[in-house]
Formats: sequence, structure tokens, C-alpha cells
Amino acid sequence: MTERLSGGEMLIRALQDEGVEYVFGYPGGAVLHIYDAIFKQQRIEHVLVRHEQAATHMADGYARSTGKPGVVLVTSGPGATNAVTGIATAYMDSTPIVVISGQVANEFIGSDAFQETDMVGVSRPVVKHSYLVRSAAEIPRIVKEAFYIACSGRPGPVVIDVPKDTTDPNVFFDYEYPESVSLRSYSPSTRGHSGQIKKAAKALLAAKRPVIYAGGGVIQGDAASELTRLATRLGFPVTNTLMGLGGFPGDTEQFLGMLGMHGTFEANMAMHHTDLIFAVGARFDDRVTNDPAKFAPDATIVHLDVDPASISKIINADIPIVGPAATVLAEIDRVVEAKMAADPDALDQRALADWWRRIRGWRREHGLDHDQRHRKGSNGSLLPQQVVQSVYRATKGQAFVTSDVGQHQMFAAQYYKFDAPRRWINSGGLGTMGFGLPAAMGVQFAHPDGVVACITGEGSFMMNMQELSTCMQYALPIKIINLNNQALGMVKQWQDMQYGGRHSHSTYRDALPDFKALTESFGHVSYRIDQLDELDDAMADVFGAKHKDDLVFVDAHIDPEEHVYPMAIKGGAMNAMVLERVDGRDDIRDDL
Amino acid sequence: MRRLLAILLENEAGALSRVIGLFAQRNYNIETLNVAPTEDETLSRVTLSTTGDENRIEQITKHLNRLIEVVKVVDLTEGDHLERELMLIKVRAVGEMREEIKRCCDIFRGQVIDVTNDAYTIQLTGTSEKLDAFIRALGEAAVLEVVRSGVSGIGRADKILSL
Ligand SMILES: Cc1ncc(C[n+]2csc(CCOP(=O)(O)OP(=O)(O)O)c2C)c(N)n1
Ligand SMILES: [Mg+2]
Repeated sequence: MTERLSGGEMLIRALQDEGVEYVFGYPGGAVLHIYDAIFKQQRIEHVLVRHEQAATHMADGYARSTGKPGVVLVTSGPGATNAVTGIATAYMDSTPIVVISGQVANEFIGSDAFQETDMVGVSRPVVKHSYLVRSAAEIPRIVKEAFYIACSGRPGPVVIDVPKDTTDPNVFFDYEYPESVSLRSYSPSTRGHSGQIKKAAKALLAAKRPVIYAGGGVIQGDAASELTRLATRLGFPVTNTLMGLGGFPGDTEQFLGMLGMHGTFEANMAMHHTDLIFAVGARFDDRVTNDPAKFAPDATIVHLDVDPASISKIINADIPIVGPAATVLAEIDRVVEAKMAADPDALDQRALADWWRRIRGWRREHGLDHDQRHRKGSNGSLLPQQVVQSVYRATKGQAFVTSDVGQHQMFAAQYYKFDAPRRWINSGGLGTMGFGLPAAMGVQFAHPDGVVACITGEGSFMMNMQELSTCMQYALPIKIINLNNQALGMVKQWQDMQYGGRHSHSTYRDALPDFKALTESFGHVSYRIDQLDELDDAMADVFGAKHKDDLVFVDAHIDPEEHVYPMAIKGGAMNAMVLERVDGRDDIRDDL
Repeated sequence: MRRLLAILLENEAGALSRVIGLFAQRNYNIETLNVAPTEDETLSRVTLSTTGDENRIEQITKHLNRLIEVVKVVDLTEGDHLERELMLIKVRAVGEMREEIKRCCDIFRGQVIDVTNDAYTIQLTGTSEKLDAFIRALGEAAVLEVVRSGVSGIGRADKILSL
């Protein structure tokens, strides 16, 4: 028997039928009918945020940490435009979120009505797809399609713009949720081309100085175990992009660390000297390649990606494979396994051993220092790397870590070693300050018993700190580690390096709040740390049983003079890096 | 290099704006654009001419294919194809120029479709080069107004672009 439901009820019912647990949202005139439908049900929990941008980041954090789509509900006009930054963030990092925005009634569209914004138009360049609901009867089909599109192929955000008349509580329709989607123009590839897979396996086995370069596609494509199996079988060095961390166990010798602009010396050197790059779910981003013309001169490139548009976009692929990372990696592994079983010399073990010797040499010379407790910052101050390492020890490497954008983000990526996917959550593509806290909230909703740390900077934190109120309302026990250098540190670093130390609008030392008092005013627990010898004890407390149910804010006052290294040299190849603080260089990359 | 793309698109509100938006957003240029529903009214067909090297065209094609409402994309310039453009052109035609213009129009196989005391409106179809040549032959001074449809293209012989 079909039910008779209003448009607003159908929308919420369709979300239930999709298995949605949480909707992150904020009400307003255009969505009041929908909010009334939410009020009358129990299956979906609505989370009331304090700013719509934060709602999108929460949905995004939820999605990144689970692989399931995050859902946002905002009103028309300012509600919708506030959501755009979060939609763009999700788009750049290919995460599945569905954003439902209210719209003025169909009959008023185009009349500059109160709180009318052309949301489909405003969001068009930053969505995978979008819908404007023309009549209520379309709602079940549109919701079904929206979730399918958001989650399949290369995932991404989908907007559903819902005019108020289509949610009228007094007009009823037969509700039936479609079982399947039929879109003749959209069929993401479900497996790789078998000829290309054989070629790839052959190229891998023939390599003498190989590198596996794995990105966010391994995380989004749930391919970490397939990648790890193949990489382990081959014994090849693996490097991850900023988005790919956790796609291969970060605490193993086989892992070279992150590559790129602030990547490790050994990862970038290996990329430069390699004869074969196996790129998996990575897109040769400009933060990785440095000057594309000088990139990896001797390398054959095997590039696996679910999105054909990512292949040969920046760097030409010799062996392109379009397909989902998990299935294709498993197939390559089968071919490799068979070849290695048939021929013990299928892999040039001697060449590989030589290659590893060189890599270990680079690591010994300039690799990251994984225990910096012996260092002292200027005036004896605490160093940001020490704080990240202490968080790593206190959480035994098992936390979900979200971050913002700046120096603190790079320190977190360099020094927290992720050994599982979906644990490291940051805005890599858009670089959105203000992402960290709301993303951590989305993660905590998805994993109520998980340890969630947000490693942030005071600048980024202040971009969405109103959400401390939401954390209070929903009792979210997030641990916020504020690497407080009293500055927009990353900006200031660049100004030190190339602008003669002229800190144009990158400091605000005398205008910072008392973060301890601030967070306590929201009912949260707060610590202030500025000494190395109190650091580990404090972190043990913060992440211990004592504060299991508390949101704890750690205001860590760190050395404001510390810079992030290594750093790529502008216009160079990947082996061109600065390794320690040098002011007054004008050849450092200036495209912050 | 000039390329002619044929695109089958869902005939839905907003679909064309995504195609055009893509070109603006990714800094690809559109030289001519022509769009209308096909015999299957759920589909529109776009013919779009642009320029770029092979890599660029490959990227354009891939990004077009990524749009949910794009059903098919073909680069017509890759194979044998026909292209035509329609032009309506109003020209000053007084005194002895009237005969002259009429003759020129005949040579180019155009048709005079509207006449006033001092002007002709001529309809002409052909390749873009032919239309350009006609305008040159008339001389700039004579031309009052030009409307061109943009190029429409179709593959030759049994090459068919359909679902
Ligand atoms: C919304 C937004 N505005 C501006 C920037 C440019 N930006 C990149 S890093 C940075 C400084 C971040 O300061 P903070 O959060 O304190 O981190 P720190 O570098 O000091 O660790 C700025 C302004 C950005 N990424 N996002
Ligand atoms: Mg800072």
C-alpha cells in the first residue's frame, strides 16, 4: 500500500529510506515545512549547527570518516550561500555530501524575492550535480539520484534546491521510493580494462627504481587493504599525498611519508629519481609535482584513477587505467602474484635492494626527526612538532585527526603517523581554514566512541569557533589541540622567506582571546601548555579516562618562529627543496 | 587547431548552462555554439566549435563527459564529416548595386528572402569559410546586419551519433 505524504514529508521519508542517520542543518523560512516534517519523526537526528558553513564541514567529516554520504539542510538565500564554502571544500576533495537548500516558491523564482538566491547557479562550478525541484512528485526520484551520484564513481557534493511550494504540508502524493536509478548519461566504470591491467603488472615487475604514489582516491575508493597487499608483495616504496595519508600504514619502514611541497626529503628524492611511478587515486596536483616540465624525468607513469578526467591532465600517463582503485588493484595483484609464482626472477630484487639503499641514505641524511623531545625552540619554547608527537603517543596512533590549514596542518601530516584510512581528515584541495572543528564534530557523531582530535591553529579555529556551542549542546568529547603561534603562521613564514620579514597583516598577538576562558565559558575543559616537560603528562590527561566525556581544548603556546620544512623551491623539480630556515630567499614557491 | 564537437544532451532546464559554465570555468573558448532538440525530444544536440591542441580537446571531452546530463560527446573533426552554417544577412542595395548583389548572391547560391527599396535580406548556407567569403565579396560597406547560426555538424556516411 502506498502512503500519502506531503512534499516535505516525502523528502524526510526519502532520507530515511536512504539510511541517513544525521542531518546537519539550520532552519529558516524556506525550509519550515521540512523542519515540521523533521519534528514529527524520530529516525533521523537533526543536528542544529551555529553556521551553515560548519554544517557542510560536519557532513563532510562524517562522510570522510565513514564513506557514507553526509547530509546538510539549509534555508534559502544566506543559508544557501553560507554553505557554498563547504560544498566547494567537498568538491575539491571528492567527498560525498548531499546539500538540501530551501528556495522561494516556484512562482517567485526570478523575482528577487526575499532570501532568493539562484543556488543552482551559485554552486554550479563546485558541485558534481544539482537539482531544482519543479514539482513535489519528483522528490523521491531526485533524492534517490542525488545520493547515487554523490557516492558513485568519483564522489562529490550534490545540491537539491527545494522551492517552498513543493513541500506544502497540505498537498499529498503517493509516496514510493524508487529501488534503482536509471540514468542513461551516467555510468561510472566498475572495473578496469584487462589489457591495461596486464600492461601495468608487467611495467611494475620490470621496474628497477619504482615508487607507488597513492592519493585520496585510495581512501575514497576503500582500497587501502588492496594497495597494502600489492605494495607489500612487491616491496616497493610507497608515498602518500596529503589526502592519501592512512592509505598505506604510516608506521612502516616501507612508507616514505608524504610527498610534495612539504613532503619528506626521501619521498621527493625518490619521486625525482624513479624509473616507474604507479599513481593510484592521485592527480599530480601542483602541490606535488612542483614544475611539471621537470617532473620525474626518467619515469614511466602508470596512472590508475576512477575519473578519466584526472588522467593525463597534468602529467601524461604511459599506461592509463580507468576504474575503481580497489578492484583494479586486486586484479593487478593477482597478475603480479601469478607471475612471481611462475618466475622467481620476475622482480629484479637486486635493483630493488640498491634502490632501497639509496632511499635509506636520503632518509638518514635529511629524513624527519620522529622524536624531537631533545630540541628547544627559541627562548626555550615548545615546538609544534613536539606537540603533534605527544598527541601521537598519547593516542597510540589510533585517533581520528582533523586539521585546518597552515603550518599546524603540515606538522600534523608530517608527524602523526596514520596506519589506517579515514583517520586523517583535512581540506587538501581547497585549503579551507575553519574546516577542522566542524569536521571533527561530524567524525565524532559518526564514531561516538572514537577518539577525535582536531589539530588546529588559532587563526583557523577562530573561523568556526561558534561551534563550541553546538559541541556543548550535543556533548561531543572532541579534543582540540590549538597550536597557538599567535599568528597566521604559514603566511608569516612566507613573509619571512621572501618579503624581508615584513609581516603584513599576519599577526594579531595583542588581540587574541583568552582561549582557556573562552572555551570554559561554553562549559568545556581547557588546558594551557607552554613547557615541554609538562607536555606528555598533560596529553595523557587530555586523552585519558578522566576526560573521556569532555571536550578538551588545549591551548599550546608554541614557538612563533618555527617554520615548516622541507619546502619545495619554486620552478624546480621535485628534488629541489629547502631543508632548514633561510630568510630572504626569493626562489621559494610563492603560490600560497 | 579548430575542433568541432557534437554533444548529445538531456533536453532539460539548466543542462546547457552546465556545458557553457564548464567552458568558462576551465578557460576553454567557444567559437560557435548551436543547439536544438533532436528527433527524440528528450535530447538536445549541441554543435560547438573550439580551438586547442589534442591534449586540450581530450580534457574538454573528458570534462564534458563528467557532466551528468551529457549523454555523448564526439569530436567530428576526427573523421569525415559535413558542416554547415546558416547566415541571414541584410545588405544595402540601391541603384546598380542591386543587380550586382543579386548576381553575387546567385554565384554563392544564396536566396533573397526579403526586399525593400534600398536593402536585400539574403539567406545563405554553407561552410563558415563560404559565408566569410560571401561577406568579403559584398564588401563591408554594403553589409547592414549579419546573423549566423553557428556551425552544425554531422558525421559522413554511416557514422551516426545516437544513444
Ligand atoms: C578561508 C581561508 N582564508 C585564507 C587562507 C590563507 N591561509 C593559508 S594558511 C593561513 C594561516 C593560518 O593560520 P593558523 O590557522 O593560525 O595556522 P598556522 O599557520 O599559524 O599554524 C592563511 C591565512 C585560507 N587557507 N583559508
Ligand atoms: Mg597560527
